[in-house]
Amino acid sequence: MTSLPQDMAGPKLGLVIDLDTCVGCHACAVSCKEWNSGGHSAPLTDQDPYGADATGVWFNRIHSYEVDDGAQGRTVNFPRSCLHCEKPACVTVCPTGASYKRVEDGIVLVNEDTCIGCKLCSWACPYGAREYDFDAGVMKKCTLCIDRIYNQNLDKADRVPACVSTCPSHARHFGDFNDPDSEVSKLVAERGGYDLMPEMAMAPTNKYLPPRKPKIPVTVPAAIAAGGGGKPGSGDGGPKPAPGGFLDLVDRLFSR
Amino acid sequence: MNPAYSVIFFTTFSGLGYGLLVWLGVAAATGVIGAERGFGFTAFALAFGAVTTGLLASTYHLGHPERAWRALSQWRSSWLSREGVLAIATYVPTGMFAAAWVLAGRNHGVWAAIGVIGAVLAFGTIITTGMIYASLATIRQWRHGLVVPNYLALGLMTGGIWIAALASLFGIYRASLLLIAIVMIVLAWGLKLAYWFSIDRGSSASTPETATGLGGAEGKVRLLESPHTQENYVMAEMGYKIARKHARKLRRWVQVLAFALPLALILATGFMVVPSWSALPMLTAAILATAGVFLERWLFFAEARHVVTLFYGAERV
Repeated sequence: MTSLPQDMAGPKLGLVIDLDTCVGCHACAVSCKEWNSGGHSAPLTDQDPYGADATGVWFNRIHSYEVDDGAQGRTVNFPRSCLHCEKPACVTVCPTGASYKRVEDGIVLVNEDTCIGCKLCSWACPYGAREYDFDAGVMKKCTLCIDRIYNQNLDKADRVPACVSTCPSHARHFGDFNDPDSEVSKLVAERGGYDLMPEMAMAPTNKYLPPRKPKIPVTVPAAIAAGGGGKPGSGDGGPKPAPGGFLDLVDRLFSR
Repeated sequence: MNPAYSVIFFTTFSGLGYGLLVWLGVAAATGVIGAERGFGFTAFALAFGAVTTGLLASTYHLGHPERAWRALSQWRSSWLSREGVLAIATYVPTGMFAAAWVLAGRNHGVWAAIGVIGAVLAFGTIITTGMIYASLATIRQWRHGLVVPNYLALGLMTGGIWIAALASLFGIYRASLLLIAIVMIVLAWGLKLAYWFSIDRGSSASTPETATGLGGAEGKVRLLESPHTQENYVMAEMGYKIARKHARKLRRWVQVLAFALPLALILATGFMVVPSWSALPMLTAAILATAGVFLERWLFFAEARHVVTLFYGAERV
């Protein structure tokens, strides 16, 4: 049924993604592709995989953004996957009931045996979480590794989504958001975890942790701030190791 | 949004067919057209032909057309499902109405009442078609109060021009039919202009900053590296873009084909010395209007900007 379940009493499973520690290595995307090529949504097909115009279904996509927030411009790596929303429009628009939200844990799934491949759910999703499988003729999406997290054949430590278990910088966390003592709930509370596109009112379960503020304030060297130089090799007043300058910052960073 | 021809064909022809069924019901109930069998056969053949080919065309958009029947099950939540249910339900009263008109030569009394029920269902079906698009919060140009009125006006316009054209082909000349066609063209033209005016000036609450949650109060977020070198499904389906100057040109063509030329041709029939001469310009007007609505529907998709493109470098939607 594509009407949303009204009596959600169980855990609310989802991910916390730490934009501070993500290094943009794409390991989560690759590990996800590997696991899910043999898992619940298998196969995750590719078209022309070795050709010039390769395309295919991936559940994780890792963007990198340049963020200009005043004096502290920075690069932020940004993994994007299904947010398992509490009010997922991708579920309610589905005409067949193939798209559904599990009442027991809130995971949003597609029943590939009843999906007609109309693609309307992908139009309804603001987050680009759903990718159409052109070979299978059905929509596919992140399953939160439903075939890992309840898998009795795996060690308990491995019963987390593939992206979480593989992340080398510990930027992805899995857990129950309904449990205030869970790791994910604590991280959200401590670090100010937030929703993507809150104006879409989908109430995403997954939360993102913002990059931390630099502990040492970044200051712009006076010569650059004044616009008086800084051209490499021009010798006309580039950064000098003045207090508060760039080299001073490097010095302080490595003296810690 | 990527303009898929199957969906454009579907909405154009189902709008025409259901619009025609609305006017057939109205014409019988008001006694404007009697149960003339040749006209009835042609008009119902066109209406059911357009509706059925439209529905079949929509299944070409599906990965599994053989499962299309499942789409009738989720009418509680899904506008697409409601559209399917109403589209099929409309066949019942309109089929009875058509059979009485064509086979028994009756379209008054209880048959006219059944025709009106069919007209109401056909009207409702066009609304649900528009709501499939108007219910998507992700696309500002679709989640718009004028989308459903536009779908209704264009469906009733093409249906209205076709009923007047077919009537003149069978020697049925009614000023009221011409008036319906003219009023619907003016109404649909006005609504389309109002829609374009509005979407050109509106703005989305979603930005690269709300999408990523980065940038703070006044910071800007810019895509530095895309996740992949090749275009993926999301980019191809949702990221279709049309240059503004091309959109401007196509909007002019829509206005010429769908509104201006049909209106001029219909007005010109008022000056025909011999009434039977009006059939040719009327049919030309109907064909041009249908082609114009096809182009309009293509633009409706091409000009729609999906919020997911904000993740892929779009600065605004």
